[in-house]
Amino acid sequence: MALSDLLLQQTINGLSLGAMYALLALGFTLVYGILELINFSHFNVFMVGSFIGLWTLQLMGINGQAVVMTGLPLIGVMMTALVVTMVLSGGLGVLIERLSLRPLRDVKGPAPMITTIGVSYVLFNIVLLTVGADSKNYPNPLPPVQFAIGDAVLRLREILIWVIAVLLMLGLHLFVQRSRMGKAMRATAQDPEAARMMGVEVDRVIVIAFFLGSALAGAGGLIFGLYYNFTSFIIGFNAGLRAFTAAVLGGIGNVPGAMLGGVIIGLIEAMGAQFIASAWTDVIIFSILVLVLVFRPAGLLGRVAPNKS
Amino acid sequence: MPEGPLLRFQDVNTYYGDLHVLKDVNYSIASGEIVSLLGGNASGKSTTMKTIMGVVRPRTGSVIFDGVPIEKMSTADRVKRGIAPVLEARRLFPRMTVFENLEMGAYTRKRGPEFAEDLERVYSLFPRVKERLNQVSGTLSGGEQQMVAIGRALMARPRLICMDEPSMGLSPRFVEQVFDIIQEINRQGTTIFMVEQNANMALSIAHRAYVLQTGKVVLSGSAAALRRDPAIREAYLGELQVIPGQVDTDSPPVSSRIRAPVAPP
Repeated sequence: MALSDLLLQQTINGLSLGAMYALLALGFTLVYGILELINFSHFNVFMVGSFIGLWTLQLMGINGQAVVMTGLPLIGVMMTALVVTMVLSGGLGVLIERLSLRPLRDVKGPAPMITTIGVSYVLFNIVLLTVGADSKNYPNPLPPVQFAIGDAVLRLREILIWVIAVLLMLGLHLFVQRSRMGKAMRATAQDPEAARMMGVEVDRVIVIAFFLGSALAGAGGLIFGLYYNFTSFIIGFNAGLRAFTAAVLGGIGNVPGAMLGGVIIGLIEAMGAQFIASAWTDVIIFSILVLVLVFRPAGLLGRVAPNKS
Repeated sequence: MPEGPLLRFQDVNTYYGDLHVLKDVNYSIASGEIVSLLGGNASGKSTTMKTIMGVVRPRTGSVIFDGVPIEKMSTADRVKRGIAPVLEARRLFPRMTVFENLEMGAYTRKRGPEFAEDLERVYSLFPRVKERLNQVSGTLSGGEQQMVAIGRALMARPRLICMDEPSMGLSPRFVEQVFDIIQEINRQGTTIFMVEQNANMALSIAHRAYVLQTGKVVLSGSAAALRRDPAIREAYLGELQVIPGQVDTDSPPVSSRIRAPVAPP
């Protein structure tokens, strides 16, 4: 394989991983932007989302890779799986906020963050104890269509992942920038007390942020399954940590920053695996994180200090 | 419309934890008035504003707006009933545009012809705001930010605007302009309750005023009468700051208890 084809192939792989990390990173950033809380339960909302996608596809009669669909039925099945996964994952996020974080709303210090770690372990163990420790084969009705570009291969699943991720991120961007609730979210992130005095119900804004972030994590979980053809109770940790890194790299609290950070982490992972060794992926990713934070503590697109004046 | 004042504080006591900030405070503000609230640092002025907006709640006593007790209502419900704030230090949303800040002012209201009408009203009061609509508000000058902050309050189509230090940090030329506009807004029918350090300016446009000291109303009356009061002249109109606290129990009459500091901080 020529170097240029290798680069192209790893760019394709990296963008697919990056799309998944970006979706996951957005959830960290949405919640952090409003509550200044790092929500570690997000790791395993992603994992649960992956299982919700799996069960939804199975309920529609798709098992493993044996059932191949095309055309409208394929689009219908994919849309259904995506919508169901996102709605239920979003609901899980709302439930987590209601049950474990709202009671701690006025508690200062690290208690709410530690609580999210606890919730994360609860989800992790519930899935482990109910579905088991073995990896599950992920239903995937996509036909094995692929395009050769030189020696590089672009599969239908990659195109699907990009389309889903771009549409979701565009949707989120439009929501945050244009809608009434999106503006209330930005106002709350910039000055919660002033937003409240405009009549914004801050609790509702927080619920929406958890719903959206968790829904996107669910979409990320579905993408994980479709991309790797498996899911497992354990996938939340690695993907979650990389997505969290992506959010910090881009500038936590910053929506375009999370997208950019996700794509960068995905590309580093793919290129690192090709040109160095996949075992070194974490060393490379976290070294770059440290370097970026040393020279740009607020992240690539972040502001140095929140301007609240 | 029910008879009686638009806003009334009835024996309000507000605490921060154990700290007793407002002590048996009574205010009464009639519809159509400009009422000014004077007092030094830590006298309870800002707490008064927060109590009206529902950011802090009184432990005892009642806040009555338009005949209805509102002290247990959410801030959003108070805004819907027609109370809008102009916050201390303006507090615009710094990374949102001027237009988006105005939209946030109208957050509790439905979009419709009234929204456009209110925008036109803001533009006619502040032509400069119209020129800056798409600018990010954090990049405006202090005076421009104050115009947007007042415009944002007007977008709620409020019956009462609570202003916290509208002159703070503005150049003298701008202060006069802002006070002219406050009077104009009042003439158009909006009641104004205003906390202000610049007592001279505040008393020049207010109909009445209250003087707050360490959480108690120590003086109230018409603005004209207060301007003639020697203690007020010494304590406020020289624009010295009042040091709160240290009120002797066996002290002379109320007005002479208002102290000017030995040396301004």
